[in-house]
Amino acid sequence: MAVETPVLNTVPAAVPSVAAAARGDAVFLRVTQAFALAVLGVVAFAVITTAVRAWPAMRAFGPAFLIRSTWDPVAEQFGAWPFIWGTLYSSLLALLLAVPVGVGAAVFLAELCPAWLRAPVSFLVELLAAIPSVVYGLWGVLVMVPWLRERVQAPLAAGLGNWPLFSGAPYGVSLLAAAVILAIMILPIITAVTRDVLLAVPVEQRQASLALGSTRWEAIWRAVLPFGRVGIMGGIILALGRALGETMAVTMVIGNRPEASVSLLSPAYSLAAVLANEFAEATGALHRAALQEITLVLFGITFLVNALARWMVWSITRRSGRGG
Amino acid sequence: MAETSSALPAPPLDRVPLGRRLQNGAMLGLCWLAVGLALVPLLLVLVHVAREGLSAVNLQFFTELPRPVGEAGGGMKQAILGSLMLVGLAAVVGVPVGVLGGIYLAEYPSHRICAWVRFAADVLTGVPSIVLGVVAYTVVVVPMRRFSALAGAAALAMIMVPILLRTTEEMIRLVPGSLREASLALGAPRWRTALFAVLPVARSGIVTGGLLAAARVAGETAPLLFTALNNQYLNHQPDQPTASLPVQIYTYAVSPYAEWHRQAWAGALVLVGLIGALSILARVATRSRMA
Repeated sequence: MAVETPVLNTVPAAVPSVAAAARGDAVFLRVTQAFALAVLGVVAFAVITTAVRAWPAMRAFGPAFLIRSTWDPVAEQFGAWPFIWGTLYSSLLALLLAVPVGVGAAVFLAELCPAWLRAPVSFLVELLAAIPSVVYGLWGVLVMVPWLRERVQAPLAAGLGNWPLFSGAPYGVSLLAAAVILAIMILPIITAVTRDVLLAVPVEQRQASLALGSTRWEAIWRAVLPFGRVGIMGGIILALGRALGETMAVTMVIGNRPEASVSLLSPAYSLAAVLANEFAEATGALHRAALQEITLVLFGITFLVNALARWMVWSITRRSGRGG
Repeated sequence: MAETSSALPAPPLDRVPLGRRLQNGAMLGLCWLAVGLALVPLLLVLVHVAREGLSAVNLQFFTELPRPVGEAGGGMKQAILGSLMLVGLAAVVGVPVGVLGGIYLAEYPSHRICAWVRFAADVLTGVPSIVLGVVAYTVVVVPMRRFSALAGAAALAMIMVPILLRTTEEMIRLVPGSLREASLALGAPRWRTALFAVLPVARSGIVTGGLLAAARVAGETAPLLFTALNNQYLNHQPDQPTASLPVQIYTYAVSPYAEWHRQAWAGALVLVGLIGALSILARVATRSRMA
């Protein structure tokens, strides 16, 4: 990488004494260390203040908070289960939609794409990641949801309405809408990570497979993809982490009904969505504490998922460092 | 550049049995379909934003405040200026913390605290932005007893810091060790080496990171919903609720009024344009460094 050589004017006209230099170094160390520690401090502080503020709700409901289904601010009865269900269900559905398309697109970019086309198409897929969540939500609620309601949900409800998976009235805003929009938003992460993993697979794998007489697809499926499977899983889990925390687009299309249902057509709620909708207007102290506890739950879930993804990436880099 | 299957010659299929040949064609065809399917939503969203936004955006949009429901016209002047103020305030806090912290990580990598700082930065990156909004609420809004631009900027700064931290550390690591050694050999103390020899070389990379971080926080909505709240009027004071473009778009999008929906599309166009401009600026800065 070309680096411009600067004019070295670091040495002042009079060379400083050793003591002055040491003092300067000590100040430099302390100042930069303080700012670095500030980052650590912010995270620790965030966890502690949220836990402290959530304590009244934790004391009132105990661990049952996570499995209770009532969310009634007026009667001061709070339970997070509908939100946990909605978050997990919509995110897993989104993965189901996004993983085949994302991995397929990455296989295209890494294996089948002519070299000159790779950069523009990669750029376009990454552009999906640059669009802000609120714009996705705007498009989702004004364009996608009406289309889903007319073209997908109404026929499903009419034809397969007695299946639990498609029961309920087709409102449009639903788990299905949330899953589709989440799938669109996490697609670029899966594609980018998988593409990088596949590009890092040594060419000998492909050469050996082709030499043994496999077709191009068989070489990819049997020699290339299995080689990169841990990295690909890491990318998928990273995408899951992103989907779990996604707020605005989900709030606008999920329907905001605090009810856990299996049906794809039913409106639902997610942890981040309830925070977005109710936090600014929560009045009772217990209501606010319950919302803080939901914040803590969301923090915990996304932290665990991201830690898992990072551990997977670390374990491949460690393995490849040993020549694996 | 890694050699991939596309670089290797296509294996001849004439002696492959039909079943495997069909499977090969079908699966490769599905991969082509997948990339097409991946690009369809991008096209749909951008085309809609462009079409609806262009028909709704005009000079009024940038120069007028919102009009009451039912009256046509009006704009989002307060939201655009509010966004600029929020991103600016966030940068005032986020840039020094991120850059100086990154300098520490790059200059003293052997200190044991470094692993913890990097871990904390990773946690901040992975946490949903609404959680950071709740933290900013607890730390700024509650003591101040009001929603304010400062609270919004605090939340945005927490998002910017890990981006800048990582970028600064990487850019400084890229500076060749020989430069550092030359400076030290000429008698410069360690702090002068770090600040006046190494940092200027890494500067344009750090600026790029800053621009990308600004582009990222410019589009954030969730942390602002209960920190900076929103405002129908122009606000210059940092201790008052402030409008921002994403929050205004959200408010209009979930409303039942068609006129507000039009304004929301226009706002989305302006927001996407703003983020695009910042990203292009960041790319141009990188390229001029590489040239």
